[in-house]
Amino acid sequence: MNDSFLKELKKLQRTYMKMGITVSDQIYQSIKSFIDNDKKLARKIVEKDTKVNDEEVDLEKESLNLIALKQPVANNFRAIISLLKASSDLERIGDHASTIARETLRLKTENRMPDVNDAISQMSLKIRGMLESSLDAYVHEDEQAARLIAEEDLLIDKKFVLAKDIIIKDIEKDTNKIELVSSYLMVVRLLERIGDHIVNLSEWIVYNSTGKIVELNPGKIEPDLIAEEIKKDIK
Amino acid sequence: MTGILQTENVHLYYGENEALHGFDLNFNKNEITALIGPSGCGKSTFLRCLNRMNDLRTNVTITGSFKFNGKDIYSPSIDLTELRKTIGMVFQQPNPFPFSVYDNVAYGLKLAGMKNKHKIDKIVEESLKEAAVWDEVKDSLNKSALSFSGGQQQRICIARVLAVKPKIILMDEPTSALDPISSSKIEDTLVRLKKDFTIIMVTHNMQQASRISDKTAFLLNGDLIEYDSTQKMFVNPSNKKTSDYLNGEFG
Repeated sequence: MNDSFLKELKKLQRTYMKMGITVSDQIYQSIKSFIDNDKKLARKIVEKDTKVNDEEVDLEKESLNLIALKQPVANNFRAIISLLKASSDLERIGDHASTIARETLRLKTENRMPDVNDAISQMSLKIRGMLESSLDAYVHEDEQAARLIAEEDLLIDKKFVLAKDIIIKDIEKDTNKIELVSSYLMVVRLLERIGDHIVNLSEWIVYNSTGKIVELNPGKIEPDLIAEEIKKDIK
Repeated sequence: MTGILQTENVHLYYGENEALHGFDLNFNKNEITALIGPSGCGKSTFLRCLNRMNDLRTNVTITGSFKFNGKDIYSPSIDLTELRKTIGMVFQQPNPFPFSVYDNVAYGLKLAGMKNKHKIDKIVEESLKEAAVWDEVKDSLNKSALSFSGGQQQRICIARVLAVKPKIILMDEPTSALDPISSSKIEDTLVRLKKDFTIIMVTHNMQQASRISDKTAFLLNGDLIEYDSTQKMFVNPSNKKTSDYLNGEFG
């Protein structure tokens, strides 16, 4: 069974990597469509997301078959479980990107908030960096790298809080902007959630290497950290 | 968990050939321990040391210490029959005597000099119930044990061991000759039995080990490679050889 199991596993891992690259691209495109109010691009992203979802379902089916038929244990068991769990996080990240694209389609106004645009493109750049490093760490089974990536989520959380502040200050100035503001709030919230899912990816890399289920989300381990980070900046 | 059987620095030689290279293994009361490893790794040889089944083989030298509840089982003062009653064995092939079901289970009791028919009846029934075969044989207690299916025969053999009230039951691949349904009945039986007994089992069926054992010991070429809780062994073993073996990646 061994050889055929490893062959199948490698195949699924390749699918996972491909999914990861697609999802990273989805994040980039969805933020671009939102900032540029590019509805055509947004539509393309929404359509493409169905493909990612299908891929994820296939990957799930194949993984479950492998578990049932090959009955892997120890390292092989951890490999297949971490793949299964990580791929569902990846799929959720894709969903969030798609939701951002839908928001672009839904939003009637062409107005944008330039300050916040800057903030969200920075956030998305950072997030994609984390996601791509996470794919690297996955391939190399690099537990240490995975832990470092998770730590970076603190920065995303911080950027989220700061962006939210800008948005709320804006609405105080001009209450006609409610629709726009609520869209922006949603987008930054989704980006922040994507960061959390990337932390989950790290947790599955750690599980794969060590068999331990860990909580790596800095904001969850110590909720005060985010506020402290922001305070540091103000000083 | 209290220890019941301690072995230390176990070496076994077939003539000049060293088959067990000196390891320690301790077993806890009321646990199922699975001994796993490829054919020829020494697991059955080791199991047989635990109730001195190797005594009958010529040319076998065993060194090291084997202590059952603190007492050396290789001490000259040990009564072998008594020892094998306390540490019973169930074999790979069901091996009932060519007697009736009743006589099979009563055999050990009669051998021990028990004469009270009433008492024997009671123990026979209890043992067959404990071995989860009572319902299938209760109307044919006088039928030859050999007329039953392999799975039923194996459970009759388990009942025969249980009748003499052992403390430890050694099992050498007890289900390898059986179909999945019979195997699963025996597995259920073992899990139920462990509250009263301690079970040490050699198995080639990894899923069986992971399903029912509390501890797993992995032997390879006469060495103990790893011994830990079954959960640890099957999810995150410390030794790469263990995970390779469990996943069938040897060679």
